[in-house]
Amino acid sequence: MITVHHYLVLSAILFSLGTFGVLTRKNAIVIFMCIELMLNAVNLSFISLSHYLGNMDGQIFVLFIMAVAAAEAAVGLALMIAFFRNRESISVDDFNLLKW
Amino acid sequence: METFYFYLLALVAVVSGYLVVTCKSPINNAVALMMTFVCLANFYVMLQAPFMAAIQIMVYAGAILMLIIFVIMLLNMDSLKGQKTSHSVSWAAGLGVLIFIQVYFVLNRSEPTGLTGGITNQVVATVGHTQLIAQSLFTDFLLPFEIASILLLVAIVGAVVLAKKNV
Repeated sequence: MITVHHYLVLSAILFSLGTFGVLTRKNAIVIFMCIELMLNAVNLSFISLSHYLGNMDGQIFVLFIMAVAAAEAAVGLALMIAFFRNRESISVDDFNLLKW
Repeated sequence: METFYFYLLALVAVVSGYLVVTCKSPINNAVALMMTFVCLANFYVMLQAPFMAAIQIMVYAGAILMLIIFVIMLLNMDSLKGQKTSHSVSWAAGLGVLIFIQVYFVLNRSEPTGLTGGITNQVVATVGHTQLIAQSLFTDFLLPFEIASILLLVAIVGAVVLAKKNV
């Protein structure tokens, strides 16, 4: 029998993988994809808890997370294109304009 | 049967999540990410949330991932050759494992309360999942819904301004 515990552990595994990717990769777009992976892990835990508690609010939260992720994708990718046009690179090592 | 299906899907989701993190080419990362999204949509169907599964496929796999793939193909990634990861792999792995251990500890320590609301499997089957979502979204969460529309408008304008020639 699959309980809510299984889903939450799977969500934790995916979230840790996303954290690992964000901390290790150098390509900004890959880091962005790892952030999407973390958001999806959180969505999975929201929906499994919503199913377990018999309440709709968790799924409404997931809808809003998706809206924010879409906005984040649009703005983030536009930022990367603007950065690439200026620096000819999207390695995070070159993101040092604001570094003191 | 459901248990076997769950473990199969979980295995595919975790392996493709690992590929998202480790693959060298960004296109391979994007395809692995799409596989993870499809697995999560399957989980949503198993959790009696078919509307969420449809939204997952349409918004994430359809819109966001397409945008990412467009940008990958637009940009020249040759400048990143030979430097896949930074030198902090062991620290990052330690931190990821630490986060997982924390969450697992909390999950095993806490007891389920047994509280249940009115949305049972039978209600979802008779009323319909989309109708339940709409009822909740357009009554209790009407103000956040409107704010989300303003957020999307601002994001579109911001993306157009940022991607202009002279930024």
